[in-house]
Amino acid sequence: MASTIINQDALAEQAASLLGDNQWPVWEVFTQSEQGAPHEHAGSLHATDAEQALQNARDVYARRGGVISLWVVPAGAITASSPGDNGPFFDPGADKAYRHPQFYKVPRGVRGV
Amino acid sequence: MTDGVAAPPSIVPAPKPAPNAPFEYLLRLGDDRLVLGQRLAEWCGHGPILEEDIALSNVALDLLGQATMFLRRAGELEGQGRDEDALAYFREAIEFRNCLLVELPKGDFAFTIARQFLFDVYAVVTLDALSRSAGAELAAIAAKALKEAKYHVRHSGEWMLKLGDGTEESHRRAQRALDELWRHTAELFAPDAVDREMLARGEGVDLEALKPQWEAIVRDVVTRATLSLPHDVPRLANARGGRAGAHTEALGHLLAEMQIVARSHPGAKW
Repeated sequence: MASTIINQDALAEQAASLLGDNQWPVWEVFTQSEQGAPHEHAGSLHATDAEQALQNARDVYARRGGVISLWVVPAGAITASSPGDNGPFFDPGADKAYRHPQFYKVPRGVRGV
Repeated sequence: MTDGVAAPPSIVPAPKPAPNAPFEYLLRLGDDRLVLGQRLAEWCGHGPILEEDIALSNVALDLLGQATMFLRRAGELEGQGRDEDALAYFREAIEFRNCLLVELPKGDFAFTIARQFLFDVYAVVTLDALSRSAGAELAAIAAKALKEAKYHVRHSGEWMLKLGDGTEESHRRAQRALDELWRHTAELFAPDAVDREMLARGEGVDLEALKPQWEAIVRDVVTRATLSLPHDVPRLANARGGRAGAHTEALGHLLAEMQIVARSHPGAKW
């Protein structure tokens, strides 16, 4: 595990040195397609501030329609799990059937589930 | 004539036929957008960063779409069977009715943004008034274009703030652009016979009444951008500009590039 983490740091450093410091900060963009639907990650972009990030997100991810709401988040504000966590975090426990809610019927009329 | 002698030709030139004011008016609206859209499109692939490249191209495409609507309607009003493509690709520079502001070469990024900002505010105040025009088709096109123009001014206005209140260099370039562009703004608000006739019909806008509205918005952004508004350059009462077909050299070059494909392959389809 340790080696993975070290490699990631090295990669990040390498990427930073390649980009230099003339790149604007990265923002992650989330789009919502209809009322009540979740905001879903659409991609990322560069912008100097939140307003510009919103405008760029509109131009890059929302202009062809199908979007009613946009969120932009500074990429640095996102804490992500690392690939090293895959085992302990995401092992689904497939052998424990009682963990999965497949014994319930979703009532008609309930949307967004 | 009864004595068989032809009457001498009159030395008084025949009066020019009254211009078709609605046609001329729609041409102005369409040509402003066609020419500015073409200018902006020159940034495609050359934007300062990817996102801005896309943003400018999007604005260019919006303007092209607006030009299509205005020119199509102009062709209908002319009644000579010319559609938007005939008007865009088969007129000469002297037949174009765009203001000079939009045809100036794109300059640096600050020049492009400052020009765009001045035009976007002009577009918002005039389209807003035109959306209440007595001409139903014109009002509908204006209302549609207004939505886009409101976004355009948000984009260019935000950039004015960034450039003016940015680095020493961006401030200097933005101020230089404003200074160069300012004298071309008088033309935007100088009504002529066509404007007056359209206003009298209830179809056109009162340019002189809209100017203070335009200037208030421009002044607010320019001041917040720590830039200074240039002094007004008085415009000669008989000045002829783009609205009368008196263009700068720059328009000819722009049209040559824009029209060559349509003229080399008339009627070609994708």
